Amino acid sequence: MTLHVSPPDTALEPAPLLSAAGVSRFYGERIGCEGVSFDLWPGEVLGIVGESGSGKSTLLRCLAGIDRPDEGEVLFRGGAEPLDIYSVPEQERRRLMRTAWGIVHQNPRDGLRMDVSAGGNVGERLMDRGDRHYGQIRERALDWLSRVEIAGARIDDRPRQFSGGMQQRLQIARVLVSEPRLVFMDEPTGGLDVSVQARLLDLLRVLVRDLGLAAIIVTHDLAVARLLTDRLMVMKDGHVVEQGLTDQVLDDPHHAYTQLLTSAVLTV
Amino acid sequence: MTVHQTLPGDETSPAYNYAYLDEQTKRMIRRALLKAVAVPGYQVPFGSREMPLARGWGTGGIQVTAAIIGPQDTLKVIDQGADDTTNAVSIRRFFEKTADARTTEATEQATIIQTRHRIPEAPLQAGQIMVYQVPQPEPLRKLEPREAETRKMHAWAEYGLMQVKLYENIARFGEVTTTYDYPVMVNGRYIMAPSPIPKFDNPKMHMSPALQLFGAGREKRIYALPPHTSVRSLDFEDHPFRIQSWNEPCALCAATDSYLDEVVIDDQGSRMFVCSDSHHCETRRAAGHRGAMLGDAAASGLVASEESTS
Repeated sequence: MTLHVSPPDTALEPAPLLSAAGVSRFYGERIGCEGVSFDLWPGEVLGIVGESGSGKSTLLRCLAGIDRPDEGEVLFRGGAEPLDIYSVPEQERRRLMRTAWGIVHQNPRDGLRMDVSAGGNVGERLMDRGDRHYGQIRERALDWLSRVEIAGARIDDRPRQFSGGMQQRLQIARVLVSEPRLVFMDEPTGGLDVSVQARLLDLLRVLVRDLGLAAIIVTHDLAVARLLTDRLMVMKDGHVVEQGLTDQVLDDPHHAYTQLLTSAVLTV
Repeated sequence: MTVHQTLPGDETSPAYNYAYLDEQTKRMIRRALLKAVAVPGYQVPFGSREMPLARGWGTGGIQVTAAIIGPQDTLKVIDQGADDTTNAVSIRRFFEKTADARTTEATEQATIIQTRHRIPEAPLQAGQIMVYQVPQPEPLRKLEPREAETRKMHAWAEYGLMQVKLYENIARFGEVTTTYDYPVMVNGRYIMAPSPIPKFDNPKMHMSPALQLFGAGREKRIYALPPHTSVRSLDFEDHPFRIQSWNEPCALCAATDSYLDEVVIDDQGSRMFVCSDSHHCETRRAAGHRGAMLGDAAASGLVASEESTS
């Protein structure tokens, strides 16, 4: 598996935004993920696919600064110099997690404050960074709610009064309001019915393209990967078995497991 | 029952140590107090002891008072601003018995004022010590249940979440509806729960010449405000902090600048507003200020009649 992929448009952005080198995490004897290395360029969407238990979410948690990997390092280039996110103090890492990148959880309950209104959820990151003008915070919140297609009239409703799809969209607005450069998404369409999934995917595609976001999307749904991602990593048993351009990997899979995965997709 | 009291080093052997707590415990509390004064607004853990009083009734305040009181001190205890409510009377009697304390109802004469729910109306002076009984010392508790997480938030001043709570108030009710235990920023660094005092009293803490000590017995935390410390109530630029105000003066002493309690006086829903600080109200009545309902209240025996007050 030595598939060389040239990064998109390296002339504009010569340095990767996020670099993982030999990231491994073990749960005692068992392997969570092992020896994962890749570069993510600004504006690029990377998909991580694989079956349940293949280490996708473990890897994402390591990359997003939630769980410290047992080996390897994660470099994030927020400013001029790349920053090893696990060698900076926890205070700085938490600040980065609140401002420079965002995490969209599979279950909206993990990412939202269920007792706080939609406006408060969206405004929290603004208040975190020191905004203290109620009118302006509310204006920004309304703007972001409309961008994720939530009616402005529902700004004071709590997330538990929202449908599953709306909760997921609210979670996306809450993350994007601080204009991060990188977004991690863990199964963003999981648990939604197909028509709602389609709308959410459309929305994500528009947002990612418009804002020039880099994103890492974990999914077990190959259709989602095909629609959203530029590049794909296939994981099995904690290892990356194949990576390359999305179309390449899905249309011409080399590794036996990837072939199994693509052939297992139902075509209606 | 009269317990014979002695100071440490006396020959006789008393039933209790002076001021109830043993000397080692007092030293432990004083160490916590010193640290709390050194870092204004920071919650210092301490080994809270069992007191002859249920937790939640002021055990934190009593332990702080016991650790700092001496024979030369004069103690005032108030509960909801009043000197004559059950809890205030019990705590005052406790220190009369165990610490031979002189007690007073006059704010000006007290060197230590233990309080629940109020700061006296009379301005505090240098040399006085306020001791607050605190039920919940953690201002972030209702927003973030994990203790490990709230400590990190304090350590790194990540206070966006507190602002979210105020945002929610304004979004739902058009103004900040928190009226007591209103969160404050101390010395530009720590967010602190001022104990359940009305937000009316928050401005009195700002740059106060008195030392202010906070004890939470059940939660085992002590924190403090040294004299002349900045205390700012949290707000938004376009929704500034405001204190409560009333449309009518105190019905007994006609004060317009004090915190008033609303008292329902009959089955028809009639009500009167009276000063919550009972000493302040009595002082004003003695000075000749007369509220609209003073005559009625004296006639029904609710307040001392004019002859006995003068």
